[in-house]
This record gives sequence, structure tokens and C-alpha cells, in this order.
Amino acid sequence: MTEETITLEVTRYRPGHDTEPRTESFSVPYRKDWVVLDALNHIKDRVDGSLTYRWSCRMGVCGSCGMMVNGVPKLTCSAFLRDYHPGPIRVEPLANFPVIRDLVVALDDFLEKLRRVKPWLIRETEKPVSEGEYRQSPAQLEAYKQFSMCINCMLCYAACPVYGLAPAFVGPAAIALAYRYNLDSRDEGYRVREPILSDSVGVWECTFVGECSVVCPKGVDPAAAIQRSKVAGAKDWAMSVLMPWGGRK
Amino acid sequence: MSEARPARPGLYYPKLPATWWLRRPGYVRFMLREVTCVFVAIFLVELLVIVYKIGQGPQVYADMVAKLQSPGWIVFHVVALAFALYHTITWFQATGVIQVVRVGDRQVPPPLVVAGNYVAWVVVSLFILYWLLVRS
Ligand code: SF4
Ligand code: FES
Repeated sequence: MTEETITLEVTRYRPGHDTEPRTESFSVPYRKDWVVLDALNHIKDRVDGSLTYRWSCRMGVCGSCGMMVNGVPKLTCSAFLRDYHPGPIRVEPLANFPVIRDLVVALDDFLEKLRRVKPWLIRETEKPVSEGEYRQSPAQLEAYKQFSMCINCMLCYAACPVYGLAPAFVGPAAIALAYRYNLDSRDEGYRVREPILSDSVGVWECTFVGECSVVCPKGVDPAAAIQRSKVAGAKDWAMSVLMPWGGRK
Repeated sequence: MSEARPARPGLYYPKLPATWWLRRPGYVRFMLREVTCVFVAIFLVELLVIVYKIGQGPQVYADMVAKLQSPGWIVFHVVALAFALYHTITWFQATGVIQVVRVGDRQVPPPLVVAGNYVAWVVVSLFILYWLLVRS
């Protein structure tokens, strides 16, 4: 009995050789329990060892296997072949990012933006270690928990046409993480992040397309974080106009 | 001030084609929502013209009303109404995302926030209808 197969149409790009990416088709065994990443691994192991892509955990945690699957940003380690049967399945590098080789995109831009929003706890004065940890109640944890689930997979950036058209936009995940720290009861960095978020390339660049939240594999809802930051920023500005000396958080 | 980022040599920089909004149904819905404002704006201008004509006397106003009964205007009004409804409904949905409503320690579930909008809409509409009917 011949084994059933499914076709993967994979984008190939070799720096130095190709000026434009091209598509190459591969036929791989069709297994119901295989994900797209398994199919790519099969190609790399058995058909063409030069195929280049990123992955690490194989369980939707590391965020490194993000690619476009049939035009939709997906973690390929959780995109089952059976959901695309009978195929063909189009596998492309994440949209809106420069391509280094085949399915690997450059992360520099995202990492720079992530650093810019200072996604860590900022304290006005650190208390000495001897005084113990900063305590937090379950309700205070709940306030930001959803936004802390981000795995930096950048699927939201690939779904965001604003980022595609204006790459300077700080973008969904970085803003969601800035918002996550602003909501954290232990954090005092709101004033430090405010100018970054209220900048012309910050939250106001977002036109609320909303697809970032649709593709997010972790339920982070970056679109909500951005719109709520807009509300917070606008309130802040109104307060500073109404009460120039007292309207501080 | 979206300046272009410095390109690294050897990398392929994709460009979003002008047809990007046809790629996903969500993008098309977004574009439709943006287009609604054009129809709302035209309708508002029309409303201002009507108010102006009312000020010019009953005959001018009657002429205006007769003109608005032409098929072209009726089609425009149906389309404008559809876009206005689409705009309203998408904005109601958006409030569920944007507005965090808390009662005590608990966050009100977003669908309830959206439902609140609809209730307010119905109440205001009924009030306006009542006001118009009682007055006429
Ligand atoms: S917000 Fe969601 S889609 Fe965006 S990087 Fe984080 S986990 Fe990925
Ligand atoms: S391999 Fe880690 S998220 Fe897919």
C-alpha cells in the first residue's frame, strides 16, 4: 500500500544567490498526528538538509517556530497537518519581517522594541534584600496575568498591517508587555514607559485592526492592551491639563 | 514619523502590496469599518443642508423633501444606514475590548459590557421615538 502524502509549498531564499524568494514543493508523508514542523523536519532529515527554519521546544512555549501557514501566522509546532488536508500547505516566513534565509526572519527590530519598553519591574527605590520580597495578592496577579503570557513569537507583528506599512510602530507584543508591567502592583515605571507608549510610533499608530489578538496563540490580546493604553494615556493627558500640579498617578 | 529602518545587506525585505487588505477577512472588515465614516460624513452634511433649508421657509423645505424621494437618494440612504449600523455594531464590540468595567473586585465580563451598550441604544431610541410621536 502506498503511503498517503501531502504537499508542502515552502518558501526558499538563499542570501547572495536569490534576489527574491521562490517556492519549492515537497511531498511528505501525511500523518494525522504530525504538525507542520514535523513535516519540515522530515524534509530536512530526508529530502533537503539545506532547508532552514527555527524551532526549539516543539510544545508552543519557546515561540521560535512561527511561520505563515496558508497565509496565517501560526506556531508550526501546533499547526496539525490534518487541519490542512488534503493540502497543499503553503509555508512562508513570518510576514512583515526581513528574511535572512528560507523561513528564518531577522529578530533585531522586534528585540530593539522589546528593550525600548523596559519590560521589567522598575522601582523608584529598591528596598534592601533583607526586607524580603515584594508581595502581591492573587487579585493583583490576576490584573496583569493575561498580558504576561506572551512568548515573543511575533505572530502578532506578522498579522499587523500597520507594522507592515510603518515598521517603526512599536507593535503589539512590545506594547502588551509594557502594559503588563504598568499593571503590575510592584512596578513604579509608568512614568518611564509613558513617553514611549504615547510617542507617535507608539499606541497612537495603531488603527485597531485587531488581527494581532486573533492570531495570538497565548490569548494575550495585545489589541486590548494597546486600546487600554490609549485610554490611560488620554486620561493622563487630560489630567495634566486640568490639574497641572496634581494630576499624577 | 515612520522613518525607514536601515536595511541590512543580504536580507530580503518584503513589501506589503496595495491589496494587503484582501488577504484576510479581518482586514476586509477593518477596511469596511474605516469606510463607514465617509457615509456618515456625507449624511451629516445632508442633515445640515436640511436644517438650513427648513430655515428658508416651508416651500423650500417641501421641494427638498420631494427631491430626497428620488430613487438615487433612497439608495444612498439605505447604504448609509447599513454602514452606520455596521459602524455602531463594531464600536459596541470594541468597547468590550477597550473598557474594563469593575464591580468591586471583579471585572464585568466583556460580553456584558457590550450588552450594556445595546440596552442603552434601545432605551435612547425608544425615548426619541416616544418624544417624536408625542410631539407630532
Ligand atoms: S502577544 Fe501573542 S502573538 Fe504577540 S508575541 Fe506575544 S504570544 Fe506571540
Ligand atoms: S517550537 Fe517552541 S513554540 Fe513551536
